[in-house]
Amino acid sequence: MSGTPERSTRDAEEQHATNRGTPYAPHTDVEVDAMLESIGAGDIDALFDIPDSVQFDGELAISGASEQAVIRRLTETLAQNADDTEFLGRGHYSHYVPSIVDHLSFRSEFITSYTQYQPEITQGFLQALFEYQSLLVELTGLEVANCSMYDAATALGEAATLAARVRGTSGSRVLVPDYVRAERRAVLENYVTGVGLVVEEFPTEDGVTTPEAVGRVLDDDVVMVYVESPTTEGIIEEHLAEIGDLVAERDALFCLGSDPVALALLRSPASLGVDIVTGDASVLGLSASYGMGLGLFACREEYLRQVPGRLIGASEDADGNRAFTLTLQTREQHIRRERATSNICTNQAWIALRAAIHAASLGPSGLVSLAKRCHALAERTAARLDEIDGVSAPVHDRYHFREFAARTDGDARAIGAAMRDDGFAVHVLDGETIQICVTDVNEHRVDEFVRSLEEATH
Amino acid sequence: MQRHTQAVWDDTESDGYEPLLSEKGLETAEVGETGLPDELTRDSLELPALSEPELARHYTRLSQMNYGIDSGPYPLGSCTMKYNPKFTEEIAGLSAASVHPDRDAESVQGTLEIYHELQGYLAEIGGMDAVSLQPPAGSAGEFAGILVAKAYHEANGEGDERTEVIVPTSAHGTNFASAALAGYDVVELPDDADGRVDLNALSAAVGDSTAALMLTNPNTLGLFERNIEEIAAMIHEAGGLLYYDGANLNALLGRARPGDMGFDIMHYNVHKTFATPHGGGGPGAGPIGVNEDLAPFLPTPQVREEDGAYELFEPARSVGKVHGAMGNWLVLLKAHAYISRLGGAGLRDASAKAVLNANYLASQIDLEIPFGPFHHEFVASAGEQDAADFAKRMLDYGVHPPTTKWPEIVSEALMTEPTEAESKKTLEQVADAFDAVRGDAESSDSSSPERIAAGRIDQTSAARTPRLSWQRIHEE
Repeated sequence: MSGTPERSTRDAEEQHATNRGTPYAPHTDVEVDAMLESIGAGDIDALFDIPDSVQFDGELAISGASEQAVIRRLTETLAQNADDTEFLGRGHYSHYVPSIVDHLSFRSEFITSYTQYQPEITQGFLQALFEYQSLLVELTGLEVANCSMYDAATALGEAATLAARVRGTSGSRVLVPDYVRAERRAVLENYVTGVGLVVEEFPTEDGVTTPEAVGRVLDDDVVMVYVESPTTEGIIEEHLAEIGDLVAERDALFCLGSDPVALALLRSPASLGVDIVTGDASVLGLSASYGMGLGLFACREEYLRQVPGRLIGASEDADGNRAFTLTLQTREQHIRRERATSNICTNQAWIALRAAIHAASLGPSGLVSLAKRCHALAERTAARLDEIDGVSAPVHDRYHFREFAARTDGDARAIGAAMRDDGFAVHVLDGETIQICVTDVNEHRVDEFVRSLEEATH
Repeated sequence: MQRHTQAVWDDTESDGYEPLLSEKGLETAEVGETGLPDELTRDSLELPALSEPELARHYTRLSQMNYGIDSGPYPLGSCTMKYNPKFTEEIAGLSAASVHPDRDAESVQGTLEIYHELQGYLAEIGGMDAVSLQPPAGSAGEFAGILVAKAYHEANGEGDERTEVIVPTSAHGTNFASAALAGYDVVELPDDADGRVDLNALSAAVGDSTAALMLTNPNTLGLFERNIEEIAAMIHEAGGLLYYDGANLNALLGRARPGDMGFDIMHYNVHKTFATPHGGGGPGAGPIGVNEDLAPFLPTPQVREEDGAYELFEPARSVGKVHGAMGNWLVLLKAHAYISRLGGAGLRDASAKAVLNANYLASQIDLEIPFGPFHHEFVASAGEQDAADFAKRMLDYGVHPPTTKWPEIVSEALMTEPTEAESKKTLEQVADAFDAVRGDAESSDSSSPERIAAGRIDQTSAARTPRLSWQRIHEE
């Protein structure tokens, strides 16, 4: 039993207000009677064609409450979360989301709509998603971006199954570097078992992937090589072009994990021989949200008909005006069923809308500035921590983006706990290493953070 | 008769309606000095650059060229587009709701309490023993559920023999795709003449290779599978598992529970059933529920309560993960708010009104509607008319059209699901729209829609010559 619904202590009056029926159905009793008469049914129960033996004749053990009481209860419950300042990253980031993003994305015509199966009446959302795809095309240099998947981990899984489909010769291995988060790797493994692939890890050297390390494990049985930049530890990979050449020689696909803020600064993946970019695009438009994400997926045009997920295309309407529509739907599950390129149906469209509004509100200068700041903040903060006795930062002498690992002489777990007492959350990687992420949302507390770490190490 | 004219911002300077962001102003930002070696960085980035007021108008105009459930009726069959109460957004917008997934359990007890409570609510509603909230959408739930089934058979030493998943012809396409993604062969099960599972066909399909049967109940024709106990017995006797597709759960709340019907695994489309906005195609969330025997296989982590504190744990034989973190948390939070607003009685009433509305609307429409009695949806036939043309004409009447041409068991299908959120009067307007289009066969051709932002869109050429970014448009 995963949990017993808690009997509420809410007052009887509130329950009475809702137990008469759902507040979100507009029927009066008189209307219900008229409708039943028109149908020719004696009562509503007569409309349910459920055999007695499987009818549920109890009462669901969930109490109702007024809107005000629900808001109060959930607000109070969430207030039990410690109000810590998070210096956490490792694939999930918070940047400041401008107020305009909420105001526009919450317009009810956007948020209360469904998938755009009738394009004529959903032009607004289709155009916004087309613009989202275009932003990713610009940032990745690749020709095709889909209009959203769930998160970085599932997008990586989809990339591997695409690689298995498009590769000319069969193969069974997917290679990933040792720094990939366990969660991301676990999702990848679940996505590829059905198509008969295995995931293998290769070692990195001083935090980055070397062509030599990839060369040692690469053979014709490899369908895809995955690398991240920035890596899980925030390191910018330095040898991507050479790795891209090696991967291409074996007719495998080269997949890069990244995100739209980092890509505003880093060299375009397409120019490095990357075939697919995956990652989490919710770094724009959404804060960490307990790991809710927006899967980024972009690839070369030659894989277009094997791309998973939704695609928006430009076409024309009967008046000759440019108009947008879902396109290439013959790849999708609702048409091709078990032969579809993916099972994804509901995706993260609204988060994609938010990411696009956020990117547009920053503009190219704002996005590049934010990216440069993410690099500078990581380097500067690491240098400050390195001055603390008993702390060595960054662990790897590499270029960093947003975050970095720091080695401590003391017990890293105890240090993490002591800092939490000061209201700071950091990753504790192992007995001697912590990881710290700095962005525009926690930058103003770096001084106090440094002091806290200094005290915790002494 | 209600008519609808959609706002449209027509721009003679661009090739289309509201210009693209890129047509409103592209700007190239030079990257300049970065402190990084030049070979690691780009030189420049070209993107739209708009002021905030320009941005506000662009997206406001786009929103006016879009239709949501707040705009009018949206009886899109199987999608359960019902009104979404607004107060849930207030809770999801609290900063305490947006914590990092790597926070220590002790510091996010509030989040874990709500997470745990929702596991319990869903278990109660589904009649299941344990629930995982991790899958980020319905089809992700299907995939997770099938992985659980697979792990269960493997644990019993039957992993190699049980290679097939049975799916009825009329099932959602995701069922087929999810089973295939998990590595199963899909065996298609034809419906019988009454639109339900054909027991003879099932008997022929089921056997030692059966891993699971995936079933939607009520099914996509809106019909309750009355032989569900017999179906469950046939699957279980063969050693297979019974999987419940929760897409149509809105018809059963407080009336029947999948667990009580013999289902071993189910997914919940919380965005449909528990009224969290569909956001133009997502995010949703697709928690899965399982019986006691399957609980050890659920994805990791799970949340449990120990001595008044909430903690994460890994089920003993977990299938691993199907999402990088904890799923679509903000959607789950809204579902919790909706469920605890209505309570068991309110949920039961929601189903009552949804079923009442479907049957009332069906009784008001002058089209052939085979089968019945209906639960929350029905499939009308457009008869001699093309269902797609029929739908386009309906747009002018202020009604989002039904799902068209599916399921294929009904010719020129119009799959209609009004939900509980529509009033008697609105249902009559929807019925008027159906009847007007039917009586208007002459004009329900390629000239419609006439009053919507865009005229009929050429979907064939969009697929033949894909133009998927503004870069492609600007090259032309």
